[in-house]
Amino acid sequence: MPEKKDEELRIGVFICHCGSNIAGYLDMEALEEFTKALPHVVFVQRNLYTCSEGGINEIKKGIVEQNLNRVVVASCTPRTHEPLFRNSCAEVGLNPYLFEMVNIRDQCSWVHMQEKEDATEKAKDLIRMGVAKAALLQPQEPIMSEVTTRALVLGGGIAGMTAALALADRGYEVVIVEKQDRLGGMMNNINKLGPSMINADELVSQKIKAIDEHPKITVFTNSELAAVKGFIGKYKVDVKTGTGTKNIDIGVILVATGASVFTPKGLYGYDGKHVITQLELEEMMKKGLDPSIKNVVMIQCVGSRNEDRPYCSRICCQVAVKNAILIRDQNPEARVSILYRDMQMYGVENEEMLRTSKARGVRYINYSPENPPKVEEEKVQVYHPLLGEELELPADLVVLATPLVAREDTHDLSQLLRVSIDENGFYLEAHVKLRPLDFATDGIFLCGSARYPANVREVVAQALGAASRASIPLSKGSVVVEPIISVLANEDACRGCGLCAALCPYGALEIRETEKGRKVHVIDVACKGCGVCAATCYQHALTINSYTDDQVTAQIEAFLGG
Amino acid sequence: MSNEVLIIGGGIAGIQSSLDLADMGIKVHLVEKLPSIGGKMAQLDKTFPTNDCAI
Repeated sequence: MPEKKDEELRIGVFICHCGSNIAGYLDMEALEEFTKALPHVVFVQRNLYTCSEGGINEIKKGIVEQNLNRVVVASCTPRTHEPLFRNSCAEVGLNPYLFEMVNIRDQCSWVHMQEKEDATEKAKDLIRMGVAKAALLQPQEPIMSEVTTRALVLGGGIAGMTAALALADRGYEVVIVEKQDRLGGMMNNINKLGPSMINADELVSQKIKAIDEHPKITVFTNSELAAVKGFIGKYKVDVKTGTGTKNIDIGVILVATGASVFTPKGLYGYDGKHVITQLELEEMMKKGLDPSIKNVVMIQCVGSRNEDRPYCSRICCQVAVKNAILIRDQNPEARVSILYRDMQMYGVENEEMLRTSKARGVRYINYSPENPPKVEEEKVQVYHPLLGEELELPADLVVLATPLVAREDTHDLSQLLRVSIDENGFYLEAHVKLRPLDFATDGIFLCGSARYPANVREVVAQALGAASRASIPLSKGSVVVEPIISVLANEDACRGCGLCAALCPYGALEIRETEKGRKVHVIDVACKGCGVCAATCYQHALTINSYTDDQVTAQIEAFLGG
Repeated sequence: MSNEVLIIGGGIAGIQSSLDLADMGIKVHLVEKLPSIGGKMAQLDKTFPTNDCAI
């Protein structure tokens, strides 16, 4: 629909009940009556669920029948539903950026459940502000950019190798960057993999062979990422190798850097010889366990689920049970006790493995963190809650199950890639359910224990998933980017001071020499429309599409004028 | 080889796979037994830990 300057504003407002999520706590009739009286509003409708097929059809019908040229939906969060409503507008020919969303669920009904009147008044304010902004919205066109069909995979462990092979098999070039001198990662230190008990070496060497033979994969070992410039589809990365720095054009980046094992220094008399970690036990068992070891005591949750590391490392119970079975297999004389807080053995195979271990005589004793086991010379003391007494277990070997922790370089790499990390130092995905393998930064993906501790089966599934997600921009060959970005609205006002470029978290601004002097240039594909630059620019030269000074001022005036 | 994929089951798994494949430019046929797609997810209200509305 072509927009004319003198076109009469016809705003339609759709107010969502969200079942009872909104309607149960706000006076919906009052909202409707209030909205009808707002300037330029020609149509108001309430829907049980605006996001349902019926609700969407009502929006489309309204646009066509009422000749609406601006649409406001007052409902839930734009984070989940704005794209849907925008598409509905586009489907009947209304520019999707002539749509405005007002969140009366999260900001009104959910947070003010006990205050119907005040919550309704707040919803009125928000709708009035949304309508005031909608009146000033301008149509925007999406931005297209080409994609380099080459992927960078950071980390050559099981996650990185699996993802690289999946991408290369689809015909894309892949570059693997591995810090160590060989591929394989933590798998190189592991003996057998539960529950199938296959040799980790076998799995790793198969993958390495496939990678070596693959014409589309280039591997850099003893290497690390030194610099990243650009944005989805057009990254320029510097890879520091043993022989120098390689500059490579990249379309997408997969982070598969894995995790480290926590070293339990000072805990339970850890010495790396008689008191060791499960990972050290793996290496010991690869060579064959010393037959003189008759009594093994394993202690779970060492250094995890405490104040420093409140999370459960998820995989240590499986590792302990697997190793307990393998010890009994190697040496049926050996006694194995597992001292645990809670057993984390989810899923059919793990539950089966736990039962098997019990049938093989592995002994389980629950302990509480208030009264933890005590490791002494060749014995472990533990309080048995069912017997109600202290037990003394002989121990030739004590094995501590320590958590996987974020790698030390996570913070630096997250700064380089401009991606988030969580409170435990692991990388953070864009959304736990909607986008579990994407970063919030477009074009960067995540898999494996770099996100949270995961077993091999989970890591492989995630790696295949991340490769699949990364294939979307690669197969399209181009990306479409939201046009809600920073624009140099007033070029004359820009003095090229560079404050905006220094603050931009996405590297989307550059100061360039032009005929008019130093001016900022917006790399539109890289811009996320966060608004830091526009807020910083004391010359008001930069503005954000759909969040212009005029539009925001109109919202504030609408609020104050109420 | 035909560049089309059949997905059986229109729950959250089938829907996400369909969308990702379609985004790669592959034609997808999504088959669901029930009158509407959405599966178990469509019966949930809010989903933990983000409290997003499941629908």
